Amino acid sequence: MIVLENLRKSFGELEVLKGINLTVDNGEVVSLIGASGSGKSTLLYCINALESIHAGKVTVDGIDVHAKGTDINKLRQKLGTVFQQWNSFPHLTALENVALAPRVVTKKSRKEAQEIAEKQLVHVGLGDKLNHYPSQLSGGQQQRLAIARALAMEPKYMLFDEATSALDPELVGEVLDIMRLLASEGMTMIVVTHEMSFARDVSDRVAFFKQGVLAEIGPPEQVMTNPQDPDLQRFLSTIG
Amino acid sequence: MDYQFHWRPVIQALPDLLKASLVTLEVSLIAMALGLMFGLVLYFCRASSLRLLRGFGSTWVEIARNTPSLFQIFVFYWGLGEFGIFLSSFTAVVAALTFNCAGYMAETYRGGFNAVPAGQDKAARTLGMTKLQSLRYVVLPQVLRAIYGPMTNQFTWVILASSLGMLAGLRELSGETQYFNSRTFRTFEFFAATAVIYYLIAKIALILMRLLGRPLFRAERARP
Repeated sequence: MIVLENLRKSFGELEVLKGINLTVDNGEVVSLIGASGSGKSTLLYCINALESIHAGKVTVDGIDVHAKGTDINKLRQKLGTVFQQWNSFPHLTALENVALAPRVVTKKSRKEAQEIAEKQLVHVGLGDKLNHYPSQLSGGQQQRLAIARALAMEPKYMLFDEATSALDPELVGEVLDIMRLLASEGMTMIVVTHEMSFARDVSDRVAFFKQGVLAEIGPPEQVMTNPQDPDLQRFLSTIG
Repeated sequence: MDYQFHWRPVIQALPDLLKASLVTLEVSLIAMALGLMFGLVLYFCRASSLRLLRGFGSTWVEIARNTPSLFQIFVFYWGLGEFGIFLSSFTAVVAALTFNCAGYMAETYRGGFNAVPAGQDKAARTLGMTKLQSLRYVVLPQVLRAIYGPMTNQFTWVILASSLGMLAGLRELSGETQYFNSRTFRTFEFFAATAVIYYLIAKIALILMRLLGRPLFRAERARP
C-alpha cells in the first residue's frame, strides 16, 4: 500500500504539490491526469525519492520513504519506474539491459539473471530481440524493454510517467497493451497519462490534478463521464 | 652538399635505442594510467558541491593546461628539491606527465559525462542501484565511449611529450639518442632514426588502443 499524507513539494518559490492525500491499495490501478505542469510527474518522483519533499509523508508498505534511516535502494526494488524517455542503456543488449540490475543489485548469478531477463522480455513480447541493442529497436520496443527491466526486479508497484508520450502514435498501442496486461495480472500501478481511453478502461480510480492539488478523484465512470470540477470538464472536453 | 651520411653508428646503437624505447613506453603507460585515474578524481572534484574541492580541482586543471609541460617537469625534478623532496628522473617525469595528463583528462571527462543523458543515472537508480553501481555499470561505460577518441590522442601526446624527460636527465629514447649524438656527432642520423622509432611506437599504440576499445563499441557495430 502506498500512502501520501499532506505531501508538499516546492521548486524554489513555486509550490508544485500543495498537500496531497492519496492512498493506493494493493492491486489497484490509479491514473493521474491533468494539464502539463500540474505536478503529476513530481508526485511519482516523490514516491520513489528521485525528488525530496518539503512536508508531509510518503509511506510504501508502512516504510517512510523520506525518513533518514530508510534504505532507499532497497525500497526502490519494490517500485518499478518507467519514464517518458525510456532510458534504455545503449551500450547493453536487451538481455543485458534487463539482467543488469538483478545481477548487481540483488546479486543473482549471471545465469539466473539471464533467465529472469529472458522471461521478462518474453513477457513484454520481445522474446525475439534478446541480443538486439536499443539502437536496433523502435521507440515502442525500447519502452517495452524499459518495462521488462523494471519487472525483472519483481517490483510490487509500478510507476509510469507518461510512458507513451514520447512515442510515435502508431507505437503507443503496443506499450499500452503491455500496461493493460500488467494491470490484468494484478500489478499495483500509478500511471501518469494523457491517454484518456487507457485511464477510462484500465484504472480503478482516476485522479485529476490541478495546479498542485488533487481536485477530483474517483472511479473512471464517475470522474470521466460525470466530472464535477469545471476545470476537469474543460480538460476532458479539450483532450477528447 | 658535403655532408656524408654514416648510419653504421646508428645501427650499432639500435639495441640501446630500443631498450631506451622501453623506458619511454613505461613512462608513458604509467603516466597515462595514473592521469586517467586522477583526471576522473579531478572531474569529480570540480563537479563537487564543496568549494574546497572545486578550488583544488580547478587550480590543478588551470596550471596543468596553461603552463609548458617542460616547466612542469622541471618543477617536479628540481623545484621540489627546494623543499627537500628529491625525486629520481624517472619519478619526476612520470609525476609531471601524470599531472599534465590528469588536467587535460579532467576536461575530457567533463565532455564525456555531459554526453550521457541524466535519465540514464535516474533509470539505474530507480532499479535500486547505488550511486556507485550506476556509475560503474551504466554511466562510465558510456563516458568511456564518448572520450575514447580524445583519450587516444592524449596517449599519443604523452608518448611524444615523454621526450622532454631527457632534460631532467632521464635516459629514455630521446635522452639515449642525445647520449649517442654527443659521442658520435652523427646528429641527423640519430635523430632521424629516433623520429622513426617514435612514429612506430605512436602508430602501434594507436592500433592497440583501437583494438582494446573494440568491446566498448560493440553496440555501434550492431546493424540497425
